[in-house]
Amino acid sequence: MSRTIDETIVRHIGKLSRIELTDEQVATFGRQLASILEYFDKLTELDTEGVEPMPHAVELRNVLAEDSPGVSLPTEAALANAAQRDGDFFMVPKVIGDSQ
Amino acid sequence: MTIAGNLTELTAIELRDRIASGSVSAGQAARAYLDAIAAREPALHAYNEVWADRALEQAGAIDARRAAGQDIGPLGGVPLAVKDNMCTLYGRTTCSSKILADFRAPYQATAVDKLEAAGAVILGKTNLDEFAMGSSTENSGFGPTRNPWDTGRVPGGSSGGSAAAVAARMCAGALGSDTGGSIRQPAAFCGVVGLKPTYGRISRYGLVAYGSSLDQIGPLARDVADAALLTGVISGRDPRDSTSVPRDVPDMLAGLDSPPVGLRIGLPKEFYSDALDPEINRAIHAAAELFKAAGARIVEVSLPHSRIDRDAAGKLSSHAAACYYIVAMAEASSNLARYDGVHYGHRTAEKCRDIVELYSRSRAEGFGEEVKRRIMLGTYSLSAGYYDAYYNKALKVRRLIKNDFDAALERCDVLLCPAAPTTAFKLGEKTDDPLMMYLADIYTVSVNLSGLPGLSIPAALSAAPSGAPGAGLPIGMQLIGPVFSEPTLLAVGRMYEKASGVARLVPPMAKKV
Repeated sequence: MSRTIDETIVRHIGKLSRIELTDEQVATFGRQLASILEYFDKLTELDTEGVEPMPHAVELRNVLAEDSPGVSLPTEAALANAAQRDGDFFMVPKVIGDSQ
Repeated sequence: MTIAGNLTELTAIELRDRIASGSVSAGQAARAYLDAIAAREPALHAYNEVWADRALEQAGAIDARRAAGQDIGPLGGVPLAVKDNMCTLYGRTTCSSKILADFRAPYQATAVDKLEAAGAVILGKTNLDEFAMGSSTENSGFGPTRNPWDTGRVPGGSSGGSAAAVAARMCAGALGSDTGGSIRQPAAFCGVVGLKPTYGRISRYGLVAYGSSLDQIGPLARDVADAALLTGVISGRDPRDSTSVPRDVPDMLAGLDSPPVGLRIGLPKEFYSDALDPEINRAIHAAAELFKAAGARIVEVSLPHSRIDRDAAGKLSSHAAACYYIVAMAEASSNLARYDGVHYGHRTAEKCRDIVELYSRSRAEGFGEEVKRRIMLGTYSLSAGYYDAYYNKALKVRRLIKNDFDAALERCDVLLCPAAPTTAFKLGEKTDDPLMMYLADIYTVSVNLSGLPGLSIPAALSAAPSGAPGAGLPIGMQLIGPVFSEPTLLAVGRMYEKASGVARLVPPMAKKV
């Protein structure tokens, strides 16, 4: 319970996760994440030498579909929930170049 | 007793039969349920949206079909509810998240399509823990759902809205989704039947993804027969979900009254440590005795990697829970990357310097605390330097867990165990300690990791808590079988209903008409 994650690591995870964090959240999450990760560390007690990882519950392989055209989502439906659009495009702030 | 009171007390099958025979109209059934919702929703908040006009319209269409001599389908006129993480063309699909508060899905989940094609009337969308992440429905962005047995307690989660609505007679049955116990645990807390089908049995198309290798849609119902009916309707391969399994769907109702001859029931010894609430322990063992008296053989089996203990500090300890949360959070961190404030969902109103700031601020404003924690932990366990220690390690433990189940199920037909370590807990009891909340799923997570079906049914009612008026709280038990053994699980569940008389439990609040 006493363990905590370094503030810079919490901020780094926040950045990788694309979630802005307040200073208060950095402190709270640091404590909570540390206690949860400590719980996860239990798994080190188990010997998994030579065990094949199991990423999926049903191990289906090579599920193929006919290469035939079907009905796709109409453009208007695809854009209907967009925060901002310009014609047939989603609008976002400027991505490249001078960000000022 | 009014007509409305009688109608909401019928099971889905009984109601369907009355509508089919013409003794009750679909319109009357829909109105009876809308009245029940109007009466109890303010105390429970089971629904995010109630579709009153639309439900009456659908019911009218069923009545017109019947009047014209047409088939009304296996769910003709039966009012049902759908967890609000399944896309519907009508109304909103919010996942109880502020980030999707105004989201209107451009397509509909296959499971909902199948309900409607079978003649069901959809009453609305039920509350959940945000993005199905939680075990109490307190993580909803729109306020918690309360347990109809005691409104000071949680209904369980994440399908808490569906479980509460079924228990409180605010729908005849409902769909939920189960990633680590989200159907079975709330079913146990609310005294209803919940089935987590085999992974791949039911299409996940249109189910908003949380942990894709674990998620499965399933029914919450008043009794086992209703759960069988709903499971049959929504099952089957779907070309729009490549993980749905190409396998014929058996008639789930046909063998309901014929449990396997020479039935062997396995008790996993690791599930019965002193970590389990003594009253639940007694109830499950009493159930085992009842099965034995009905001719079943009880065998002790072992699931070493799903062992549940208490550590030195008295905290529940389980490798399976650690494994589950690592896998689920890793998958969640990837699945929830789609909420970017661009294609759909909340976008920050603040002016952003660049696209990364737009993403990060929109997500910070839209997601609740638990969702943020899980995305961050998942991101951490997948990040360079930690992938092998956490994610890959968890995938290896996952195989060990599944191998244990395969070996145990060689020695018996079904496993019998608790559905949850406690009965429904109080609101606020675990909200300050995320880890404590995770441990509410300790008896259910292994089943998702292994892809197996699990059926949660009421085992008994607890003694009334001191000072509380009337009844006690429901105690749930869980039956687990090999892949695609749903008909067996349902038949064994039905066997218990008949032997024990514990079925169709009515919370005191729903007895008042």
